Formats: sequence, structure tokens, C-alpha cells
Amino acid sequence: MTIPLPPSRGPMTGADLEGPESGAFEESERGLSLWRGAWHRLRRNPTAIIGALIVLAFVIIALAAPLLTQYEPGSAQWSGQVTPTSVPGPSAEHLLGLDRFGSDLYTQLIFGARQSLIYGVVSTAIGLTVGSLLGILAGGLGGWVDTAIMRVVDIMLSIPSLLLAVSIAAVLGQNAYSVMIAIGAAQVPIFARLLRGSMLSQNKSDYVLAANSLGIRRSRIITGHVVPNSIGPTIVQATLNLATAIIEVAALSFLGLGESDPAVAEWGRMLVAAQDRFDAAPQLAILPGAAIAITALGFTLFGEALREALDPRTRR
Amino acid sequence: MSEEVLSTGSHTPDSSGSEPLLSVKDLSVTFGLRGKRAVRAVDEVSFDIRPGEHFGLVGESGSGKSVTSLAIMGLLPKRGVKVGGEVKYAGRSLLDLSKKKMSEIRGRDIAMVFQDPMTSLNPVVPIGTQLGEILERHFGLRKQESRDRSGDLLSRVGIPDPVRRLKEYPHQLSGGMRQRVLIAMALACEPRLLIADEPTTALDVTIQAQVLELLKELVADTDAALLMITHDLGVVAGLCDKVTVMYGGRIVEAADRDTLFEEPKHPYTGGLLESIPRLDTPRGVPLKPIPGSPTQMLPWSEGCAFAPRCHNRLDVCMTDPPHLEPVGDRRLRCHNPLSADESAEVVSL
Amino acid sequence: MSALVSVRGLKVHFPIRSGLVFDRQIGAVKAVDGVDFEIEEGKTLGLVGESGCGKSTLGRALLRLAPVTEGSVVIDGVDVATLKGEALRNKRQDMQMVFQDPLASLNPRQSVSTILTEPLRAHGIAYDEKTKVKDLLEKVGLPSSAAQKYPHEFSGGQRQRIGIARAIAMEPKFVIADEPVSALDVSIQAQVLNLLEELQKDLGLTYLVIAHDLAVVRHVSDEVAVMYLGGIVEQADADTLYAEPMHPYTKALMSAVPVPDPAVEARRERILLTGDLPSPANPPAGCRFHTRCPFRQEERCDTERPALLEVSPGHKVACHYAKEIAAGAIQPHAVAPEEADLTFDAS
Repeated sequence: MTIPLPPSRGPMTGADLEGPESGAFEESERGLSLWRGAWHRLRRNPTAIIGALIVLAFVIIALAAPLLTQYEPGSAQWSGQVTPTSVPGPSAEHLLGLDRFGSDLYTQLIFGARQSLIYGVVSTAIGLTVGSLLGILAGGLGGWVDTAIMRVVDIMLSIPSLLLAVSIAAVLGQNAYSVMIAIGAAQVPIFARLLRGSMLSQNKSDYVLAANSLGIRRSRIITGHVVPNSIGPTIVQATLNLATAIIEVAALSFLGLGESDPAVAEWGRMLVAAQDRFDAAPQLAILPGAAIAITALGFTLFGEALREALDPRTRR
Repeated sequence: MSEEVLSTGSHTPDSSGSEPLLSVKDLSVTFGLRGKRAVRAVDEVSFDIRPGEHFGLVGESGSGKSVTSLAIMGLLPKRGVKVGGEVKYAGRSLLDLSKKKMSEIRGRDIAMVFQDPMTSLNPVVPIGTQLGEILERHFGLRKQESRDRSGDLLSRVGIPDPVRRLKEYPHQLSGGMRQRVLIAMALACEPRLLIADEPTTALDVTIQAQVLELLKELVADTDAALLMITHDLGVVAGLCDKVTVMYGGRIVEAADRDTLFEEPKHPYTGGLLESIPRLDTPRGVPLKPIPGSPTQMLPWSEGCAFAPRCHNRLDVCMTDPPHLEPVGDRRLRCHNPLSADESAEVVSL
Repeated sequence: MSALVSVRGLKVHFPIRSGLVFDRQIGAVKAVDGVDFEIEEGKTLGLVGESGCGKSTLGRALLRLAPVTEGSVVIDGVDVATLKGEALRNKRQDMQMVFQDPLASLNPRQSVSTILTEPLRAHGIAYDEKTKVKDLLEKVGLPSSAAQKYPHEFSGGQRQRIGIARAIAMEPKFVIADEPVSALDVSIQAQVLNLLEELQKDLGLTYLVIAHDLAVVRHVSDEVAVMYLGGIVEQADADTLYAEPMHPYTKALMSAVPVPDPAVEARRERILLTGDLPSPANPPAGCRFHTRCPFRQEERCDTERPALLEVSPGHKVACHYAKEIAAGAIQPHAVAPEEADLTFDAS
């Protein structure tokens, strides 16, 4: 580390300076943005790593489903082997045995992941897009727009999200889209509040004031300063919401809403089907249940770790 | 105003007149969390405070002065923090005391006033209750007695209409008044040692003057010793008998107040005195700042922490950490202290 | 040298609203209540006062970052108080601010290079990124490697330099420094103050320096104005003000500042004010300082608000009895805490 020698005694001007910071400057010419800093911290956080691995596993399984199994989902091919009192367990051809309809359990689980991923991602995306837009409008325009949007949000939030999703799905009819829209709609108020809060608190911040004083246009302040600073918390929220969405998808299908085609493998419906065979074949319930729980856990762990990593206060 | 000494709960007896009231020897505080590099926030800190003495601990952010006071009071978290060395109050070691014993001493023998009165006071409890709690705890007073005594204390610290104030909440008082309440709470049990950690930094200048004057008065009245922790050399010049300067967690210079101000020997002390704009220095002359920033520190294990910013730096300063040694009538940690001429230049206006 | 900045009758009142349904205005916080002053080109006016006096609000109002209720603010010939929209936005190139908290006033997600060039892009000023950024960094004494770093990677003093570099990026004529060093360590303050002075000389800037620290203000200013509860109570050139303060508040303020010299501390006479600052929502009638003034004379002080008048060339004071006090004709008396605290209101 090179340290400049202070010049000889005598009046000093502002140009004489603090030399390089010990460490930071020397390491890289490129700065440590918030994201790169977060990445560094995430790398060393065991919770984050576990969560990330689970999420990664989930996504890979979901995307590569057809490659991971030789069978078709929901084929019910071996229904002959299933009797009212027993369901075949693990065997040479069937890694985890069969489900009660005669499909390969392992295949059902794998493809169930795909369903959950699709439903989860789409519904969270809906919630995020619509919610964020509403939040930005409310926070940015203020006045009666803000009041109107927030009252609607309040009403939506006062209803438990699962109940809200169920109501919307029931109205929209029993199909895949209704589930995604319903769960998405239940997430809208969360994002709306988040973005509005972020807008309002940033409006008071000194750097927005500074941007104002520099003569930067209001629209540019919102897009260039406020929104980028809201991205972090939004992504964290999206990750956590994905966990909830996956559970809610399962819950909705468990309740009989959503996809009615029994051929489509879905963890929630697997739980429904497993109910009356629980004594004889508990694995029919335990496996999809565990899959839901572990996946949700993975997203939650990662989301929380991400939140911590992005928090400027816990830095350093 | 009568100041009866309440009988229940006596103070730890004073051993003898010449014994220091507070004796700190080689205090060190290390922060280290599971695998992260351990940080020595405070190291090799030793000083004594005699009864009735006003002691100033000076340093900027990162100097370790606040951590030192927290360590003395036993207020540092237990996990991830290691405190070494010895802290004795009237002959008793404080560092090994149980939580229960320590909390008895805190408030009654040693009291502390912090910087931010808003966070030191419970916002949802009225002032009177907070003050009363202390009196009830340490003196076993009953409600009515503690209320009367609280009122007395508030008027002693110059808060008008104390009876009304007792029912008020902290947010209803101004910053200066809240600080007075904190002082009242600290002095409620007539402690022998009052530790004030930047008590006026958050206050306006005229309020600061009031509060410092109050502190001076009260401490003189009760004969308490005062440990004043601050970054403001002006405050120290007006209030303290002895001054200790800290940098990077260690003491770099310690002397009587007059000695330090008339002839500063450590380049950091000299640099501070020279760089502070003052009301009585001639205008139009550029200030002489200390170059660099407090973050540019050499670890004490490698050399002198102040070396990167020091004018008097020698090669040895970068390789050999200096020790705190008695030099004349002061203690100094420096390989190349200011000469008499350089000192004089600093002090002359 | 003519006045670059000329302020007349400036008032900044924030309405206090109440009511369940209608939000009626029931009062106002008179943060700035009638202020006049001028700053000559290339000079520095120091504005000093304690919290609640309105100095920060005044600084922001000058740049239209706080609403102007009444009055005119003429900067380089244009009354900024009347500008709107694009015209105001354009005018901002000439007037800039350096903020107190460098960490809060820099967007943590922008690199230093972006921070410094954003204003140029916002106003369509052509520039070459590398040279402009390097040039600005050099002016404030930062290495060019700082360009790609982010604010949190710097120390407090360095961040303040970045803030200063940003303020001068558009080559403004007028710069307001709002508590430029109070968030910095003592040993760094002098560096930043020296930098500000240097830049003023090199770039011909006109400054308004707002601070609560009398010693800081004294050092950097040509002229100093003391504010109390929304109004200027005394204004003079720096040497005169510090040598012969005439307003009782100024005297009290000066006697309260600690000086790092035990000999001076021992022999100085402290004028201690009693009580706290009254609320700007409910200022005392008459002279706003009368509730805490040790020289108060009931007849006029309680009822008549004194105007800021020139009592000697270049020295203005807002006090009915300034001359008498200076001559020693009036003696200070003690102020009972009850009187002083009467109007305090924790709003």
C-alpha cells in the first residue's frame, strides 16, 4: 500500500489529499455497486447458498422435466396395478412407485415442479407488474389518485390472501388461467404498497432533493433515481411471494379450483388424491407435501438473505 | 434546596482519600464475529480518576472513546465481544461482576449520560415514572416520596414547572430539556462518578452552554468525579482537569489540561488544535488541516496508527508501534513528538 | 462589484392544517418571516443560527427547493421566486447547493462519474465524459480512479468533495453550502473549508454558507448574518460582527462557543440564555427574542418588532436598544425560566 508523504508544514490547500483508501481503491478500478456488493455477501452466507441451491434445483428440475424421466405425466398407464387397498411402492421400473391413478409417482413429482414454477412465476409476475404500476402512480401522483388506489389496496389486504385468491378463482371458473390471475391479484396490493412506500420515502431523501436542485426533470428523477432504488426491495418481495404463490397454487388445486384435467401433474392435486390412501401409502402425500415445503423454504431463505445483502445499513 | 442523603442503599464505601475512584488498567475491547476478522476497538487503555476529578477523554469517530466508556459501565454486548484488562471502582473489579451486582452499581455509584436523549428515554413512559423508577430501585422509596424527590430533581436541573413535567412524555420536551432530564436521572442517586458521553453534541450551542454549566455546577455540588467523553477540545478546555487523547483505540497523549493545551506534544493533538477554526484566530489565513482521513490508519500491530497522516513521521513510525511512556509530566505515545518550537507554533495565534 | 444575489421581504410560511374532513389551515409555521440581504459577486455571506431559526429553509427557498410564500429573490438579474417550469429548471444551472449529509445526498446506486455528469445531460450541455469527470475530480482533490466507484466506498470527507464537484459541474455563479462540514470529523473539516475557499477564488463563485458553528462561519465569510426564529437579528462584515456584536442574541451565541484554550475559557464571561427556542408556529409578539433577552425593556420589546437598521456603516442590528446596550447604559438582568419557557411547544 503506497501512502503519500504529507507535504512539509505550511498552509495546506484542499488539493492535498487523502491518499488511496487502505484496500478499496487498489483492488479494482471498477467500483463496488450495490449489486456486486450484495453478491459478495451472498456468496459467504450459508443460508443464502442453501436457499439458492434449492431454488436452482427446483428450476432445473422444472425446466428439464422431460429429460429427467422416461415416462409421460398423468398417463395412468399402470392403473391395473393399483388396488383399493394398496398402491405399488418403489420398484425397478418405478423409482418411487405409482400414484393412485397408476401414473409413475416420480414423473408426477417432476412435472408437478414444472406446474408450480409456471403458476408461481406467472402469478408473481402479474402481481409485480400491476402492483408496481399502481404503487408508482399512487406515490408519484399523490392526491386523490393516491387515496383511491390505496383504499382499494387496503380492502384487498384486509382479506386473507388465500381467501381472496379462492374467491377470484371461483368467479373466473375452473381453469389454469383463473388460478394464475387469482394468485396474481392477491399479490397486487403487496407490491403496490411496497412501491408507493418506496416512492414516498425517497421523495423526502436528500438525493432526490439534490437531483431536483440540479434541474433534473421530474420524470427522469423517478425513472433514474427512485425506481432503481426500489428494485432491490421489489425483487426480494417477489422472491418471498414466489414461495407463497407455490403454496397457494397447491392450496387452490387442493380445494378443487384450477386445472381440472387429471392428467396434468400438480402437487396440490396430488395431495387431494393422496388423502384417502394415507394409511396404506403415506408417501403419496408426504412426497408432494415435502416438495412444496422445501421449494417454498428455498425461496424464502434466498429472499431473506438477499434482503439482508442489499440492505445498505448492514453493509460493512 | 435540601439535599438529604437517603439512607437505604448505601454507596460502596470509599477506601481512602488517595485511592483513585476509578482505575482502568490495560483495557482492551475486541469485536469479532464468527470468523470475521477481529477488530481491536480499544487497546492498552489505562488511566485513573480520583474522587472529584474532572477527566476528559478526547477523540474523533473511530478513536474508541465511547467503547471505552461502555466497557467501564459493562454495557457492551456479551456475544462476540471480548473485554480484557482491569477496571476497578473503589478497589472493586467491575469486569468480573455479575449482571445483578453491576446493575446495582450502575445508577447508584456510577451513572451515565448519553449523547442522544431521545433514544435514551423511553418514549412511551412519562418522565416522572422513569425518574421514579430509579429512585424506587436504588432507595426503595414509595410512590409519593419518589414523586416529590423527582420534582425536586427536575427543578434542580433547571426545568421550570416540574410537577407538570413529571406527567409529560419525552417527545413533549425540547432536546435541551430532555438532556437535563437525563442528567437528573443520572444524578438521582448522587453517584460518585458521572460518565458523560458526548452529552451536548446533538444540542444547539446556547443550549450546550447551559447544559455544560449545569453539569459543572451539579458535579461540584455533589463532589462527584466526571468522565467527559467528547470530540470537542473547547468543551474539555472549559471543564476538565486532566485530558487524555485517543486515536485508533489507543491513548496517544495524556496530561493535565493546562500542560496539554500549552504545549501539545503529540502531532495528532497538535494537528487537532491547529485545524479547528476558532473564534479568536485571525481571519483570512487558511486553516491547517490534518491530511488524510481517520480511516487511513495503520494497524497498531504494524506501526503507529497515525503515521500515514503525520508530518513528523519517521521511517520507524511505519514499522515499530510506539509505546505509551511517561515523558516529563505527561504520557506520550510517539517516536517523534513535536519539538518545543513546533508546539509553540501550534499554540500561538 | 454589484450584488449577484438580492433578497427582499422573503417569507416562507408552512401552513398547519387540521380537521377531519376539510383540512383547514389553522395556522402557519413561519420558518422565514421577512428577510432582506444582498451578496456581492465573488463574496461569501455566512448565515448562522441555531436549529429552528430558519436558515436551512431560507437556503432552500432561495433555490426554490422550499416554497416561497412572499418576497423576491433576484439572482443574477432574474427573480427566481417568480420562475416556473422550464424557466426555473434552466435557471438552476446558475445556482447550486452543497448538502449537509454527503451520504444521503448522493444516490447510492450511481457511480461517481454518473453523479457528476447527470446534471450536464439534464441540461443538454455537451461534454466529454472522461475529461470532464477527471477535471472535476482534480478540482476537488480526488484521484481520477474515483470515477467508477460508488458513494459508499468513500469516507465522509471524500463524499463531501464529490458533492462539491457535482455542485460546480455546471459552472454555476451562486453556490449555497448548507452545513457543509457539520457531518464531518473535526480533523477533516478544515480540509473541506479550505477547498471551498480555493474554489471560490479559482472559479469566481459567490457563496451563501449556512452553519450553526460560529467559528466555521467566521472563517469562511466576508459578511455574516445571524438568524433567530425566522428573521435576521444582526448583520455585519465578519471582522466587525465578531469583534463588536451588538444584538443580545449574537452576544449570547458568541459567549456560548467553547474555545480550545483553557486560559480564554477561564476568563470569558458567559451570557447564558434561559429556556428554549419558542416554536416558529407561535413566535412571541413584538421582538421575537424578548422572552429570553437579558436586556429586555418592557415598553417596546414586548410589543414592537424591531426592524433591521443600520447602526453604523455596514452594521445592521434588529434591536430597539442596540446603541444603549453597546454604550453600557442598560444592564443585563436575569431571565426567569418560566417566562422563557412559556411559549415552547413541541410541534
